[in-house]
Amino acid sequence: MLLEGKNLTFAYDRKKGNILTNVSLRIDSREPAAIVGPSGFGKTTLCKILSGYLRPQAGEVLLDGKPLPKKGCCPVQMVWQNPERAVNPRLRMRATLADGQQIEDRIIRELGIEEDWMNRYPQELSGGELQRFCIARALGRDTKFLIADEISTMLDMITQSQIWNFLLKETKERGIGLIVISHSEALLSRVAGRRLTF
Amino acid sequence: MSCTNKRHILEIDELSVSFLQYENSRSSRQIELPVISKLSVSVHEGEIVAVVGSSGSGKSLLAHAILGMLPYNARTGGKIYFNGELLTPEKIREYRGGRIAFVPQSTTYLDPLMKVGEQVRGGRNSSGGKDSGRGGRPSGGRRNDPERRKKQRALFARYGLSEETDAKYPFECSGGMTRRVLLTSALMGNPELIIADEPTPGMDLALAKKSMEDFRAFADEGKGVLLITHDIELALEVADRIAVFYAGTTIEEAPVSDFASEQLLRHPYTRALWRAMPQNGFQPLPGTQPYVKDMPAGCPFGPRCENYSRECAGEIPMQRVGCGTVRCVKYHGEPLAVHEHHA
Ligand SMILES: Nc1ncnc2c1ncn2[C@@H]1O[C@H](COP(=O)(O)OP(=O)(O)OP(=O)(O)O)[C@@H](O)[C@H]1O
Ligand SMILES: Nc1ncnc2c1ncn2[C@@H]1O[C@H](COP(=O)(O)OP(=O)(O)OP(=O)(O)O)[C@@H](O)[C@H]1O
Ligand code: SF4
Ligand SMILES: [Mg+2]
Ligand SMILES: [Mg+2]
Repeated sequence: MLLEGKNLTFAYDRKKGNILTNVSLRIDSREPAAIVGPSGFGKTTLCKILSGYLRPQAGEVLLDGKPLPKKGCCPVQMVWQNPERAVNPRLRMRATLADGQQIEDRIIRELGIEEDWMNRYPQELSGGELQRFCIARALGRDTKFLIADEISTMLDMITQSQIWNFLLKETKERGIGLIVISHSEALLSRVAGRRLTF
Repeated sequence: MSCTNKRHILEIDELSVSFLQYENSRSSRQIELPVISKLSVSVHEGEIVAVVGSSGSGKSLLAHAILGMLPYNARTGGKIYFNGELLTPEKIREYRGGRIAFVPQSTTYLDPLMKVGEQVRGGRNSSGGKDSGRGGRPSGGRRNDPERRKKQRALFARYGLSEETDAKYPFECSGGMTRRVLLTSALMGNPELIIADEPTPGMDLALAKKSMEDFRAFADEGKGVLLITHDIELALEVADRIAVFYAGTTIEEAPVSDFASEQLLRHPYTRALWRAMPQNGFQPLPGTQPYVKDMPAGCPFGPRCENYSRECAGEIPMQRVGCGTVRCVKYHGEPLAVHEHHA
């Protein structure tokens, strides 16, 4: 599949200027791609647009030539940089996971999620435990692209390599495109072939 | 526990933390989940002690325990000393945000309704995060004090936060900007101890190094830093000692010089951590840290350890090896005398 951003322009507040001006990119699901650039330059903003979470003021996002569906689960799923900001603090984890679309038990097991954690609230989990739920939630049945925005910075090295090895296998088997944002050169050289630089 | 006779700034002696939880969502019976047990760590004056370890091993809870920020259903045991004085709940309330500064892992500790520049000047975040509402907001006078304004601006500039950033609300900051705000907030005051819980994720290498330099300079003034991080490489460059956590306890503590190569690492878990780094092979060790309810008898690392043997199922005492300690039966160092735990 092909995910394209065409002439994307975006500002949170027009008076303060654009974050993105006329940005275009093409990402093929067969080739994991990395988006790199300094802090505050708009990487997360771009991802929010590619995953349909924000609408650009100009330009369009196309998945295999068609605009992203306006309703239902977005086929482009994003895992956020700060998991504590990406979940509802008043929902138990079981309900949070149910937001995802038919998450297979296999995925939950491979990510090392304990059954007991399902009954907890997000504040009752460690940073890395919470992030595993966010990754699982994004791997629903209809996911075609997965955007991983600094998803492993809060994980120890073993868990990080377990989760990345799992994600590389999972996305390859299901033909899911992978977009990775990270400041770690060492990690990027392991997981993403192509670089798109800000 | 290190070969130094310097004064202790922070001393944690056999800390334990457990949570009371309902057995399941339908039950009214409560059970106790022991998440930290027999954890001892100390920071001497002039030292940066890095804490690395498994996700969910209790690093953040250790920080919260020191700062008196554990939730209401937590029970604790053991002792925590600050400059030789037992830290009681009253004392910690007095010191938090003043003599002891905190860089939290969770970005939700920022006040969502206050602009970040103002917040850093007022020191609200470092004064205790989530539950500091009780103490009220910092007075406008402190926030508008020209000296504090100058210092805040200088710190922001040092970390590449433009003047425009001062006027942003937390939700308007990018991931890396938020980390920098949390960090500068701790550097604003005049603390004796900084407890930093994952201060660098989302920062690029230059920014992360700068923050490490600042911690180094701070410690060199005879103060202390407890640096919780997953970034072993960065920790090795800047820290004096490293403590490794697994399943709620310290499994190894050693001077940084012992970590110079994989051969010098003692505990099998620490060696596995090393091999999993992207630059050292990216090899994941199979399995996960045991869940508290399934804790094996004896060594908590037993189920994943390639050197496992029958003796590993018994009590695993902490032993002294060189200037460090390790909790593994394959090391035949000197057993630690009881009083040495906080020597
Ligand atoms: N919700 C928002 N409202 C207003 N401004 C925002 C919002 N989110 C981000 N910004 C601003 O947009 C710019 C780009 O932010 P973004 O989060 O996309 O950066 P980033 O490249 O992901 O940085 P980092 O590496 O630090 O995560 C920043 O100047 C930030 O302050
Ligand atoms: N309120 C709570 N109730 C029950 N268990 C909890 C609670 N808070 C934390 N825990 C558990 O305690 C353990 C230690 O959590 P902690 O946040 O200290 O881990 P951590 O070492 O900081 O991990 P990470 O590197 O992922 O941030 C985790 O397994 C977590 O699930
Ligand atoms: S005590 Fe035994 S199981 Fe534990 S780390 Fe040492 S060798 Fe491995
Ligand atoms: Mg970002
Ligand atoms: Mg933590």
